[in-house]
Amino acid sequence: MTLSLADVARVADLARLEVTAEGAADVHAKLAAIFGLIDQLSAVDTAGVAPLAHPLECFAPLREDAVTEHDERDLYQSVAPAVEHGLYLVPRVVE
Amino acid sequence: MADPLATVAGLAAQLAARKLSSVEVTRALLDRIAALDRSLNSFVTIDGDGALAAAEAADAARAKGEAGPLTGIPIAHKDVLMTAGLPTTCASRMLANFVAPYDAHVVARLKRAGTVLVGKTNMDEFAMGSSTENSHFGPVRNPWNTALVPGGSSGGSAAAVAARLVPAATGTDTGGSIRQPASYTGITGLKPTYGRCSRYGLVAFASSLDTPGVFARTALDCALLLAAMAGHDERDATSVDRPVDDFAVRLAASAADPARPLAGLRVGMPAEFFGEGVDADVASAVAAALDELRKLGATTVPLALPRVGLAVPVYYVIAPAEASSNLSRFDGVRYGHRAAEYGDLADMYRRTRAEGFGPEVKRRILVGTYVLSHGYYDAYYLKAQQVRRLIADDFRAAFAQCDVIAGPTAPTAAFRIGAQADDPVQMYLNDIFTIPANLAGIPAISIPCGFTADGRPIGLQLTGPAFAEVRLLEAAHRFQQATDWHRKSPPENVA
Repeated sequence: MTLSLADVARVADLARLEVTAEGAADVHAKLAAIFGLIDQLSAVDTAGVAPLAHPLECFAPLREDAVTEHDERDLYQSVAPAVEHGLYLVPRVVE
Repeated sequence: MADPLATVAGLAAQLAARKLSSVEVTRALLDRIAALDRSLNSFVTIDGDGALAAAEAADAARAKGEAGPLTGIPIAHKDVLMTAGLPTTCASRMLANFVAPYDAHVVARLKRAGTVLVGKTNMDEFAMGSSTENSHFGPVRNPWNTALVPGGSSGGSAAAVAARLVPAATGTDTGGSIRQPASYTGITGLKPTYGRCSRYGLVAFASSLDTPGVFARTALDCALLLAAMAGHDERDATSVDRPVDDFAVRLAASAADPARPLAGLRVGMPAEFFGEGVDADVASAVAAALDELRKLGATTVPLALPRVGLAVPVYYVIAPAEASSNLSRFDGVRYGHRAAEYGDLADMYRRTRAEGFGPEVKRRILVGTYVLSHGYYDAYYLKAQQVRRLIADDFRAAFAQCDVIAGPTAPTAAFRIGAQADDPVQMYLNDIFTIPANLAGIPAISIPCGFTADGRPIGLQLTGPAFAEVRLLEAAHRFQQATDWHRKSPPENVA
């Protein structure tokens, strides 16, 4: 398949990544080359092959329903860009 | 004669015999880092005070008779592993000011074993790259020739061990990020089985592939470190609960037939690892290494891994898909960089991420987002997972005929800094022989086996079935007892 410049803009929006107008052509060219590599897969016959999501095919183990985490809010918020009264500050989301 | 530049096992013997103290070794290595690392850029953080305090504690523990095999041994950690109280940057602007609030599991295990952390090593940003050129802190240089890359993504750890700035360092291997730099810098690098070492506290790139592992100059040293790092951790749901072999003890055991210590070992030679595209010097060094393995008693078995040629395209769907999901957490809210100027919340995310991530990380996020997006998931992501199973099946069939698989770690030796920087696909193909083991989740080791005509190190890769680390380490150890490639050191590059 061919990747268009519009696809790049759409995916950048989905990924919450700003791609500038000047940078878009270079991003597009490199992504197109990468998809040239990836597109080799389309020729492989995979009828009836179950997808392998995980190399060991293990299942999430269960543990006892016990409290294992303690309140580390101050420690974890010490590395945040903007915090006040124990809350993370972000731009207004509700007008 | 005291030798602070000895291997892990060599230092352990000198520490035990009180020929050297941990403080003396640590001081010597810190001085060496200060003198030599300006030209290599292998470290992003050096914790001199912390290291000397830990070395004093190690010496005190030894005085009380409480020393283990790694007590007082200085090491470095790749800067993708969380180290409580120290910066953990992933070599990204996004985390340039991030101080880890806790230790990764493998960091805590190695700390408990008495190792002395001297610093954190440079890497490709978020472990995405094969040359350690994609670092916010500048490229790492290869100690054998500073015009060359050290490989990546764990290039800082590899360069530091190769230059004897530390005897061992951790790395992480998602598609070859331990083995390929080990090969390019002439040292030993082990990627354990997926699940053998906990990923807790390892900043995630591709969760179904990421594997913590180790660099050292010898297989024996890798065995000593792996024994301390491995083991079950319930904080990582993929950590496997099974006994950890005492790898180093197994290696120390004497062979039944000392002249032929590898008698009975069947070494598979997949046609796909010995075909065109492999540099002539690399091919002849690997052929000579296979002769050596035969001399040590091993037999070689020709075989095929027919779908292994699809490993690179499979990887470049699965790894970016998982990365796009894992890296969505970097949004400028809870940690890391936040743009100085922005409008609404979505604009803050977009600008923060555009400023915080470098070009290769952005490319992989975009590829991953695309292959997971509506209408493309089946054609790309599901398809890649299906071909991943076919590749894992190839290995399963191969290990019915052999005990280990041998081949070059990489098709070429180290290339020049900048040579592939603008061609991502060319860069990706450097990992053509290392990616398959990640897709199958199986262990593999790279050991030095020669040099190109112009003096660049070459690595031999041995791959084994799941949890066969001891078999790989033993074969590598026997090879190293019979050869001296691993004893070669790069020239001293004084800045």
